[in-house]
Amino acid sequence: MAILADEGTRLLVQGITGREGAFHTARMLQSGTRVVAGVTPGKGGQDYEGVRVFDTVEAAVEQTGANASVIFVPPPFAADAIFEALDAGLSTICCITEGIPVHDMMRVANYLGTKDATLVGPNCPGVHSPEKANVSIMPKNIFMLGNVGVVSRSGTLTYQIVNELTQREIGQSTAVGIGGDPIIGTDFIEILSKFEADPETECAVMIGEIGGNAEQLAAEYVSSEMSIPIVAYIAGFTAPEGKTMGHAGAIVSGGESTAEAKSEALREAGIRAATNPSEVAELVAEALDRG
Amino acid sequence: MDLYEYQGKELLREYGLETLPGIVAGTPEEARRAAETLGGTVAIKAQVLTGGRGKAGGIKVVNSPREAEEAAGQILGMEIRGHTVGRVYVEHGEEIDEEFYLSITVDRTAKRPLILFSTEGGVEIEEVAETNPEAIVRLHVDPLLGLLPYQVREITFAAGLEGDVAKGIGMVLTHLYEAFEGLDASLVEINPLVVTGGGRVLTLDAKVTVDDSSLYRHREIAGLRDVEAADPQEERAQEVGLQYVKLDGDIGILGNGAGLVMSTLDVVAQAGGEPANFCDVGGGADAEQISTALDIVTSNQQVKSVLFNIFGGITRGDEVARGLLSAIEQTGLTLPIVVRLDGTNAEEGRRILAENTPENVLTEETMLEAARRAVELASDGGR
Repeated sequence: MAILADEGTRLLVQGITGREGAFHTARMLQSGTRVVAGVTPGKGGQDYEGVRVFDTVEAAVEQTGANASVIFVPPPFAADAIFEALDAGLSTICCITEGIPVHDMMRVANYLGTKDATLVGPNCPGVHSPEKANVSIMPKNIFMLGNVGVVSRSGTLTYQIVNELTQREIGQSTAVGIGGDPIIGTDFIEILSKFEADPETECAVMIGEIGGNAEQLAAEYVSSEMSIPIVAYIAGFTAPEGKTMGHAGAIVSGGESTAEAKSEALREAGIRAATNPSEVAELVAEALDRG
Repeated sequence: MDLYEYQGKELLREYGLETLPGIVAGTPEEARRAAETLGGTVAIKAQVLTGGRGKAGGIKVVNSPREAEEAAGQILGMEIRGHTVGRVYVEHGEEIDEEFYLSITVDRTAKRPLILFSTEGGVEIEEVAETNPEAIVRLHVDPLLGLLPYQVREITFAAGLEGDVAKGIGMVLTHLYEAFEGLDASLVEINPLVVTGGGRVLTLDAKVTVDDSSLYRHREIAGLRDVEAADPQEERAQEVGLQYVKLDGDIGILGNGAGLVMSTLDVVAQAGGEPANFCDVGGGADAEQISTALDIVTSNQQVKSVLFNIFGGITRGDEVARGLLSAIEQTGLTLPIVVRLDGTNAEEGRRILAENTPENVLTEETMLEAARRAVELASDGGR
């Protein structure tokens, strides 16, 4: 079944005619994703790789039955693009854009709360369900169909870990990059609950970072609500306090946001916490054996 | 982007917050003249992008221009938590009746602005949170609605304020929220917020952090950046769009993607080494980007070996290999470089490296092996 993206996904690409949008649309089409529409204001009526371009999301949804969107719109206009997708009634929205102002995202996140939709990102690689749908910028060749769900705050680290799993012939149901910004749409808890409810997912991998306390909140949720085994990995043990490590959200700004504190909280909740990416695959193999 | 006190105050004044008259000085002589202009008692305050300057001796209250010159002489050049004081703010003195704490931050978990108000001002809020948590009033604001008048009243009532003080603080709160939004701030903190003998409510200190992602719409604030105070290599990296953070070790690290690079630092530390930096070359990683990144990383004289960790997603391994080779050629680098290439076209990339490799370049297949090798090479002395 997978989560968020599957055979039923009818994808719309916002910002389809931009450099990033065009490049990744071609890749998503190559992975067999049904890209049914594109939106670039002012370029309605054009065609891109056989995909029809519309001026507005509303028109695209009306005429193509799109039910999910992926956003490649530049930061100054990205929040507006998310609002437009939400108002057009799309239920799954992945925002790839990096560098959206935090105040814009606070408004988006609070509006999102009034809608029945899942926003993945921003500043994320998207959602990839092997052999079903690729709503992401992730390379499809590292994936293998299987039963492990992956949720992560980071991009390339997700590829690294998915690759380690695939090399051990452990396949994946869906990989979700929730993004490295301080304010994001969906979080670990929402994605983990979807994995728990997905009959195809037998184990979940959670990849966290320094900064904030999302991993601790997820740990509490896991210990009280989840039955499938969870393997976790937190990056940033060596990060100094007060320095932003690449992602806007990755900054040690207090005791609980360090990698040690997070790993400790995860272990206390009975989660297998790895200390490096290779160990993640080992622990998943162990967890699946025991399950 | 963090702002100095005097910069923060200048911005907050535009939103109607009241401050004391003050003048920035870069030399003791300038401080003396500033004290003459202001007259009477003045405070000489170190301008640093960190807290704890009071305890470190970075604030002195003086009664004459001559004393001001002397105090500035002591404070300028002082090291406070690793920051060198390059300027002081000479500020008019004032009789203080009461000291409060007020801040607005971004609460990541609630996804809303969080207002903190405390009747115990002048001390660090973390300290108050431990010793007297009841003294802190907290309130979340819906960013779609903004700060509502009833919420302002809730805060002042909860803090037990009355009369003109309650009104004055309420006004400050309203203005400060407008500033928080208008400046795209991720933090505005006034500590202390004071009430004077005459009943005025004054912003005595100001800490303002503006969201870097919003600077495209705040050109004037972006221009306030203190280029001299930044690490020169971090500054150069920023100019070319690389993410670089200097650390204390001797193993230079480069990779693509923030998470992967953080993880690489950890693996190096686990292998017994000490990373010299964090450097994310980003998704594109063409020859020019790689050569600039290599140059920045190795210009740190402590670096003895380099670990280059690339996971090819969209970035293709063969392109990275060619980029790396031309970068080494351009920079004439002789330090040992351990390359770990994986992902898209990694085999092709490793083949290209193997065929053309200068002898200082070694390839490894996994992160762990690459980290161990880089640590070994660094302990062998590197350059």
